[in-house]
Amino acid sequence: MTATNSEAVLPAQGIEAPRSGRVDPKYLRSKTTSGSFEMAAWVFMRVSGIALVVLIFVHLWVNLMVGDGIHQVDFGFVAGKWANPVWQFWDLTMLWLAMLHGTNGMRTIINDYAEKDSTRLWLKSILYIGSTVIIILGTMVIFTFEPCLLDSTTGEPLPRAVCPN
Amino acid sequence: MSTPTQDVAEPASKVDLAQSSGGGGEIPSFDITLKVRRYDPEFSDEARWDEWTLTMYGTDRVLDALHKVKWEIDGSLTFRRSCAHGICGSDAMRINGRNRLACKTLLKDLDTSKPITVEPIKGLPVEKDLIVDMEPFFQSYREIMPFLVNNSPAPTAERLQSPEDRERFDDTTKCILCAACTSSCPVFWTDGQYFGPAAIVNAHRFIFDSRDDAGDMRLEVLNDKEGVWRCRTTFNCSDACPRGIEVTKAIQEVKTAILTRAM
Repeated sequence: MTATNSEAVLPAQGIEAPRSGRVDPKYLRSKTTSGSFEMAAWVFMRVSGIALVVLIFVHLWVNLMVGDGIHQVDFGFVAGKWANPVWQFWDLTMLWLAMLHGTNGMRTIINDYAEKDSTRLWLKSILYIGSTVIIILGTMVIFTFEPCLLDSTTGEPLPRAVCPN
Repeated sequence: MSTPTQDVAEPASKVDLAQSSGGGGEIPSFDITLKVRRYDPEFSDEARWDEWTLTMYGTDRVLDALHKVKWEIDGSLTFRRSCAHGICGSDAMRINGRNRLACKTLLKDLDTSKPITVEPIKGLPVEKDLIVDMEPFFQSYREIMPFLVNNSPAPTAERLQSPEDRERFDDTTKCILCAACTSSCPVFWTDGQYFGPAAIVNAHRFIFDSRDDAGDMRLEVLNDKEGVWRCRTTFNCSDACPRGIEVTKAIQEVKTAILTRAM
């Protein structure tokens, strides 16, 4: 066999950068991360964005255009919608997607604009706590919604409450 | 008869020129104000602006104005340039707020009624005047392995490639590593950890090369937290590239390649 580079093999994944060891440590970049979280986040933004356009415009159309339009929106109207599991599911999806989409967008902005690691950590902590609280509260409202509110002293239904007769 | 008795030198131009134009080959001249961001840490930690009024010609570039200052007025003005013809990529600077090569920017194409501002490119540490420390830029360039990796035995002649395969990555072979794109990227400005357009363009050049076998590894490198997903498609890089590379498109192609590989 003539001289070939048949010895050449793909370097291992942890290949050292060319000239490594000759680089001033101050120029070394942050550690590489494994996993595809950033890719997943990027794909999620695009998919949820498209889904939200459909969800939100149908929501607006049904609430504001169909029937009596904006004048129909009151406690009873919401109670009527949430009596239907389809609208429960619709609003739940909208809530989760909108909150996660918004939170991820804010996370990106914080990553881009915060210059100090400590600032970044603080802003993100506030963001994640806030989002979690809103998602949990919103989900609870959708599933524990009580259309028939009773006056605590008289036991009579409050005005506009939707009670089964 | 008024035959001239002495030999008349051949005119510079055989085209009839008006007397006012001052003879053949005359180039229009104009006055410009050159405003340069100066910084010399040996004298002051503060950067300052210096202004010079210069008479320049229609064929002159910003680099010629800088030369005129350095050679005739203030020898302490410091900037990089090697070939002065848009190939070496040494003299990327921020001219009137846009990243360009000083050697490819004609003064007559700029607004000469206002001072022409020249600053160092942003996002890299300034060392003196218009010279920045390019090392962070080259460090991310090294990490994407900008060299051919091929596992098959070397042929006795060239590794052949079809014109179509060559065309696939033709655009990204044009990069001259001037850093105009990376230093125009707002994501790079924040902490300098983002790989930056130039590194991704040079990874693209090998990822889509049919002779290269390490595309997967480069995609893995760029799937990093600081990799292609930090691109916000603001197109600053495509606007800044003095070679007209469609940088944002190349980044998008790398994103698609990473996604396709993950599916």
